[in-house]
Amino acid sequence: MLLLPSAELLRFALGAVAGHRLRSALSVLGVGIGVAAVVLLTSLGEGTRQYIVSQFSQFGANLLAINPGKVKTMGVPGVFGGTTHLLTPQDAEALRRLPGVEAMIPVAMGQGRVEFEGRGRSVYIYGVNHELPRVWGVGTAQGSFLPPLDPGRRASLAVLGPKLAREIFGSASPLGQRIRIGSESLVVIGVMEPKGQLLGFDLDDTAYIPVGTAMGLFNLAELHEIDLLAATSEGIPALSDQIKATLMDRHRGEEDFTLTTQTEMLEVFGRVIGIVTLAVTAIAGISLVVGAMGILTVMWISVHERTGEIGLLRALGADGATVQALFLLEAILLALGGGLGGLAFGALVQLVLRMIVPGLPLATPPEAVAAALLMTLAVGAAAGVLPARKAAALDPIEALRAE
Amino acid sequence: MIELQGVWRTYPVGEGVVHALRDVSLAIAPGEHVALIGPSGSGKSTLLHILGCLDRPSQGRYCLEGRDVGTLSEAERSQLRRTRIGFVFQFFHLLARLTAQGNVELPMLFAGVPREERKARAAQALASVGLLPRAGHRPDQLSGGERQRVAIARAVVMNPAMVLADEPTGNLDRASAQEVMGVLEAMNRQGLTLVVVTHDPVLAARARRVVHLSDGMLADAPAGEA
Repeated sequence: MLLLPSAELLRFALGAVAGHRLRSALSVLGVGIGVAAVVLLTSLGEGTRQYIVSQFSQFGANLLAINPGKVKTMGVPGVFGGTTHLLTPQDAEALRRLPGVEAMIPVAMGQGRVEFEGRGRSVYIYGVNHELPRVWGVGTAQGSFLPPLDPGRRASLAVLGPKLAREIFGSASPLGQRIRIGSESLVVIGVMEPKGQLLGFDLDDTAYIPVGTAMGLFNLAELHEIDLLAATSEGIPALSDQIKATLMDRHRGEEDFTLTTQTEMLEVFGRVIGIVTLAVTAIAGISLVVGAMGILTVMWISVHERTGEIGLLRALGADGATVQALFLLEAILLALGGGLGGLAFGALVQLVLRMIVPGLPLATPPEAVAAALLMTLAVGAAAGVLPARKAAALDPIEALRAE
Repeated sequence: MIELQGVWRTYPVGEGVVHALRDVSLAIAPGEHVALIGPSGSGKSTLLHILGCLDRPSQGRYCLEGRDVGTLSEAERSQLRRTRIGFVFQFFHLLARLTAQGNVELPMLFAGVPREERKARAAQALASVGLLPRAGHRPDQLSGGERQRVAIARAVVMNPAMVLADEPTGNLDRASAQEVMGVLEAMNRQGLTLVVVTHDPVLAARARRVVHLSDGMLADAPAGEA
């Protein structure tokens, strides 16, 4: 039976916590550090995940990529006559004709030097087709993108990334100018709008030329990748099956290619980041457990030290349940104080970090904040149970004798 | 009002038993001032704990205002302590973090007295021991005598049936002791039942009735005991 209204109980427990300032502050600090660590690390994990998702989703969610070769976990590829077939522009055209495919880019890449009137810059050069703006979600800032061309045709056209255009032409307009890449002389017909970096690849520092031109220029026999844009995200699983069937049919029944969907990529990344975040958070959680031990220790000593007080409370007519509730509440208050302090400290550190490192991906998931608070409540309650029971079980006569 | 009939209190110690109280019968009328006197180990403290409902007789009956304490539950005895009994201890037992006012309010806190009423009654009790000007002081800012007077205010603030004082001057100098006993005796004159436990014959002599305990027995029960 509890004798006091909860507000009075709370006031009394608060008084007890405030009455031992240093001891309370130290045990609050223990929990606070744990909570701050948990919040900071989950923020960093969540921030990283959001960063990666945003990096990928700038290409849209309905993207599928086909790469030559099959990633296998076992075996030595191609040694015992396992024929691999090339991923050709004809394969790409066949896939383009599948129902449910909205757009397609055959990609052939190479590194080359782009030159104009003695100035030059080594960049990645993408051999693509006219559907790139649609599939990758980029447009041109000046001029136009590559026109529809026969895949085999080596048209002498080029579209520059904005950074490349600025580096070579400065403020002058590159449109209509002739640049050189290797032995080829190409007319610049457009400049892309800025797109930024994707995991280290600077998409603004590139040149786009027709895929036929690129394969000739770099002497390539096959494509590096085929990018497909599905009409709907719901249709992607069915479309994947059809793509596999079509390509295997063209490759004599061999699955010598790898199909990756955007969702799959995001899932894999999300899972990896999730596991890392979980592991790191678990380590941070250990400090929370240490904090709980701190509260347990402090409360245990406190019960021992305040035996006389407990005896007095009993003599004044407080029953065991009330004494137990008082000490339990004290432990919870300590933990909660640590939780709130830790959250505030975590927020402060994030603020400072953002000022020092502006690009740092930090995002505090609200559920992590809620979980941290709930956890401190549980920690306080768990740490308080033993000391509170000890306090309630003290014989009032013995307790009064202690002074 | 207070009636002990054939009370025994035994503790098991190892193989045997210790008889702290042997067949104690005692009656205390309302408004009496009784001194319990006896050497260490005579059972004074045990008797005080039984009177204070902190302990129960192993055998015999203890009736407080007509209720047989031996049959009451822990919660009911807690309630009796809360409302009918005031304690004054040798070492004051004040909470260091609370002011004099806060310490006097404590028993009312557990009795569920509303905040405003608590304040008023605590102030009144402090005034009755002459410490109202010191209400905002904490125990470490008070002298020993003042601390014990705060403890007395705390003991009487619930208007108990009796105040049990365990060596109330045992930790005080002579002047403070005089002062504290003066306060207690003044309250007794106004009708408060007072039981003082002491081994000091001088202190005991101030009581109207002295009960001697030795080896757990009443040595010489005064004649005409009701």
